[in-house]
Amino acid sequence: MTGRGSRERILARIRAATAGLPPVPDAAGPPPAPRERTEAEIVRTAELFAARVRDYRATVHLVAPGGVPAAVAGALAGRGARRVVRPGGLPVEWPAGDGVEFLADEPPLTAAELDAADGVLTGCAAAVAETGTIVLDAGAGQGRRALTLLPDYHLCVVRAGQIVPGVPEVLGRLDPARPLTWISGPSATSDIELDRVEGVHGPRTLEVIVELPAV
Amino acid sequence: MSGTWLGMPAFPRNAEAALGNSRLRANLRKATHTIRARRAAGVDEMPGWAKLRARGAAVKDAALRDLDKHLLRAEEAVTTAGGRVHWAADAAEANTIVTELVKATGHREVVKVKSMATQEIGLNEALAAEGITAYETDLAELIVQLGDDLPSHILVPAIHRGRAEIREIFRDRMAAWGRPAPDGLGDDPRALAEAARLHLRERFLASKVAVSGANFLVAETGTLVVLESEGNGRMCLTLPETLISVVGIEKIVPTWQDLAVFLELLPRSSTGERMNPYTSMWTGAAEGQEFHLVLLDNGRTGVLADEIGRQALRCIRCSACLNVCPVYERAGGHAYGSVYPGPIGAILTPQLRGTATPLDASLPYASSLCGACYDVCPVAIDIPEVLVHLRARVPHPPAERAGLAAAGWLLDRPGRLRAAQRLAGRLRGLVPRRRLPGPGAAWTDTRDVPPVPAESFRDWWRRTGGEDR
Repeated sequence: MTGRGSRERILARIRAATAGLPPVPDAAGPPPAPRERTEAEIVRTAELFAARVRDYRATVHLVAPGGVPAAVAGALAGRGARRVVRPGGLPVEWPAGDGVEFLADEPPLTAAELDAADGVLTGCAAAVAETGTIVLDAGAGQGRRALTLLPDYHLCVVRAGQIVPGVPEVLGRLDPARPLTWISGPSATSDIELDRVEGVHGPRTLEVIVELPAV
Repeated sequence: MSGTWLGMPAFPRNAEAALGNSRLRANLRKATHTIRARRAAGVDEMPGWAKLRARGAAVKDAALRDLDKHLLRAEEAVTTAGGRVHWAADAAEANTIVTELVKATGHREVVKVKSMATQEIGLNEALAAEGITAYETDLAELIVQLGDDLPSHILVPAIHRGRAEIREIFRDRMAAWGRPAPDGLGDDPRALAEAARLHLRERFLASKVAVSGANFLVAETGTLVVLESEGNGRMCLTLPETLISVVGIEKIVPTWQDLAVFLELLPRSSTGERMNPYTSMWTGAAEGQEFHLVLLDNGRTGVLADEIGRQALRCIRCSACLNVCPVYERAGGHAYGSVYPGPIGAILTPQLRGTATPLDASLPYASSLCGACYDVCPVAIDIPEVLVHLRARVPHPPAERAGLAAAGWLLDRPGRLRAAQRLAGRLRGLVPRRRLPGPGAAWTDTRDVPPVPAESFRDWWRRTGGEDR
């Protein structure tokens, strides 16, 4: 069933309804032009991002260049995570970890296996400072969407250079053809008396490591 | 509250009944005031909000201006990316399309992401009639479904329920739908959210077919966008093998970059957050899924044809207008008799459904025209303007028509007005003090009759030589 007759009928009704309307100029305008940023600007943007993510009651660590492996090991140990999903494409030097078993998604893990894992470790595609948002595009170091959904703990590594100031800038960095997941803090709901409660179906704990540039 | 809107009386009677329910009023007051404060903080923090709001309105106007071209472009993009596009002229056709698609999968259960469009068309009931069970997975929708209730708010359909009632519903009804509520469940929102997590977990892991709506559909890329908070949306959009999205044709935005405006406007207007916890975007068949897009008209092209009414199609369903409305706060969402309650519902429902029933004809009057809804609307829909426009369209009772015709005749000529004022002044002893007789009684139910002066202002002015001063 394709609703073929309805397609033509709906289009005809639209054309009749909008006939003679004046054209509307392009309102959104072009995306902000990318520009070179100084190291200091990058650090300031990263600090705003960290503050905004913390507002969602997520844990954020700012680390010096090269500090990611130790921070990952520390976060996993602090969480007590033993079986951690690790999508392909993450830097090899990130820890195999003492007593941490990494689960590769090859062959694909089942939903039950993902559900039973203690957590997931990923990178990201981009991030937004203003709103404290991480964007995943299912690319290298992130894996398919279910990987960051079913485990109850998500540890995400963001390089400071991936963080842009606002939403208009981040759209220019993303490929709409890829499945995208925007994450702003842990799963939450406001459905009971409109009070925010963290933790429903998605990961209830979000921990973020931000790698700062060398200054 | 039974699970149907059909045959509901007109708004004033519904509102009167709701006003007698003190628990409902307390729940609504608490919730709407909480969210109002949070929205105000979120909006105040954003520089250039007025400009952003104007751009939101302009993008939507541009999308509606060339809606046919944008829909065709989206259809091509979705099809190229491996999805299938279906067109539904009305609710019945949309329900048939979805039902057939679900049947073709061989499965009898679907999980659902909260969607206004599927509520509008009564999809769950249509699926049930064909032996297919639809499981709502949004927390508030779950509360409504388990309680055999009706939604009363666009964003938080169970806003009329307090935590104690929610606990009762979970305790009594969860077992009939799947995993029962934990023993000794309390009414702490955290515990209630945890109960919902456990109740739905296995359902998500086993689900094969999902039905969603969408907040936006990008014409140039064919990308669908769903904003949510809990992760139930991600579960439904990601895990099943088949995904069916029912999307109103007005959800379209022309370009990818246009999304920036709405991703900044919607969360702050809706929950007061800088950004909602999760937003999913996908184009066509993602990660090997089978994907169907059902484009829904169901009265929207009729709204588009109305010069003043068409601005209602800009609506991005944030619900900010409900949260600030003094009428909504007191009457609650059920009084509007539609999945679209509050100020936006009062202009959307009569346009989508017509004004043939007493309820639908009463909706343009479900407002004091205070304009708070217009002030907060992120896409600048002039709701009072549309309300007044629709009032002219609905049928008026004979007494009101006669009264307005008489007033028109009198006010048309100064001589007539003067004569009538003099006559009224002489007969003023005969005018009842409190209640008018006959059809005028309804007007004096809530007002005193204004006193008629012995002498009109104009006569007094002339008698005291006002013109010579």
